[in-house]
Amino acid sequence: MSPADHDAHRVLADVYRADWGRLLGGLIRRHGRPDLAEDALAEAFATASGSWPADGVPANPPGWLAHVASRRVLDALRHEATARAKAPLLAAAEAVLADGDGFPGADLLRGVAGQPTSPALPAAGRLPGADVDDRLPLLFMATHPALAPEVRPALALRFVLGVPTADIAALFLVPTATMAARLTRAKGRLRATGVAFTMPDPQVWPERVDDVARAIYLAFTAGYAPRAGEQVVRVAVAGEAVRLAALAAHLLPGQPVLDALTALLVLQHARRDARAGPDGDLVRLADQDRSTWHAGEIAAGLAILTRLTPGTGYAEELRLQALVAAFHDTAPTSGATDWAAIARTYARLEDLTGSPIVRLNRAIAVAEIAGPMAGLAILQAAADQLPGHHRVAVVRAELLRRDGDREGARAAYGHAVAACPDGPERRHLLARLASL
Amino acid sequence: MKYLVLLVGDGEEAPWSSLSADEQAALMQKFGEFDAACTAREGVAILGGEALGGPEDATVMRTRAGSVTLTEGPYAEALEGLGGFYLVESPDLDTLVELLQALPRYDMQISPVLDMP
Repeated sequence: MSPADHDAHRVLADVYRADWGRLLGGLIRRHGRPDLAEDALAEAFATASGSWPADGVPANPPGWLAHVASRRVLDALRHEATARAKAPLLAAAEAVLADGDGFPGADLLRGVAGQPTSPALPAAGRLPGADVDDRLPLLFMATHPALAPEVRPALALRFVLGVPTADIAALFLVPTATMAARLTRAKGRLRATGVAFTMPDPQVWPERVDDVARAIYLAFTAGYAPRAGEQVVRVAVAGEAVRLAALAAHLLPGQPVLDALTALLVLQHARRDARAGPDGDLVRLADQDRSTWHAGEIAAGLAILTRLTPGTGYAEELRLQALVAAFHDTAPTSGATDWAAIARTYARLEDLTGSPIVRLNRAIAVAEIAGPMAGLAILQAAADQLPGHHRVAVVRAELLRRDGDREGARAAYGHAVAACPDGPERRHLLARLASL
Repeated sequence: MKYLVLLVGDGEEAPWSSLSADEQAALMQKFGEFDAACTAREGVAILGGEALGGPEDATVMRTRAGSVTLTEGPYAEALEGLGGFYLVESPDLDTLVELLQALPRYDMQISPVLDMP
């Protein structure tokens, strides 16, 4: 690669990382077609990677990309209109663009087949001020309630940050073609149902911001689901989810749910390098090498967390979870962990959510302060609510082991192994069983 | 865009026949409020809308091998509660959903109308 090639590709990579979301948002705002806009932008980047090294980097790289992508959207719209006019069943005189050989987009100025050119464009003046960052309506669009909750995290990563489809597929442990099809269907649905590219109505604002937070949290946790797969890629994409959380909090300042989310993700992600051994096996929190935790990130997460005050709903759930992460992150050794504070925080979280998973975690914390039998007593109620869940058996096994009941622990590990899907977590359980 | 809004179920509203005259009047007023809200919103228009006879009066028509058969009742269970519909022009789904909240709290299905030249 020549130095000029190198420079061009470096500039392109920088623009991709910094401007993808804004460029895509701008295209959808202008053309109202999320399905076409994203493909057009990807093609514009592909074109640039071919032509910039040869022709030189343009004076305004994002402007160049916006222009090329916009022309591609117009070409695609024109192509659609022509195809529709040619389809025999749909043929109608007014739809035939006989003079469609004018400049690209000439048909749009007239309106295709008499329809408004951009059905999904918001009515003039609905965006509150021209200074709204285009990434914000893009984020709300990707997490819109008209889309199934499972696809929102993937679409948010793709739309706002431009995370490659192959990486998103690795994150969610599906083949790339499957993820590509899901994203295409979601974009088609956004277009067909006419989801607006706009800021949500103030009346539904709290729910929509919660939806944004939920989607980003799902994207993050997918990266840490202990299953077989490209661990390195998945943790890297989880890092993109952290970036997305921070961006959302930056674009929507003063939203506790987004600040709490960012604090939680930063505090958890800071431990990423200690979570897996060299062979990809899980390392328990107690056994992690705390010197590999990212101290700067922990400090940044704590700074966000300490500014938050107790709240309600999902924001409070995330804040309490972030508190737990903070108690772990600030313990110099496993033995110095403030388990009493963690147990109290889990108790509040359990009151708020009624979640048996939270109860299970509380059982672990209580066992640390009051002994394994106290933990087991709390665990029992969680076990009733989570029949057959392998984590219940894992916690039971660990508590029985600490209580000196090797036979009981052996049986519980056996149940856990039987219920746990194949992968690093199951290997970890087998190792624990063998070490009894 | 045009949308067909099907009022497919009573949702949180009590069945019409169980309502007192006053309650029925209050419910009817909501339809008027929806109408007014649509008129007031730029880019939105109600293109059509009717109340429908009950499922007991619905007929399914099928044509198989050239012969027409008629069957009593609605086509799908989901449409058993279909009580009415609106055809609305709206710039986007979000605007429509906001306006539809003026109506009684029925369950609704919102389908975009395809743009067929």
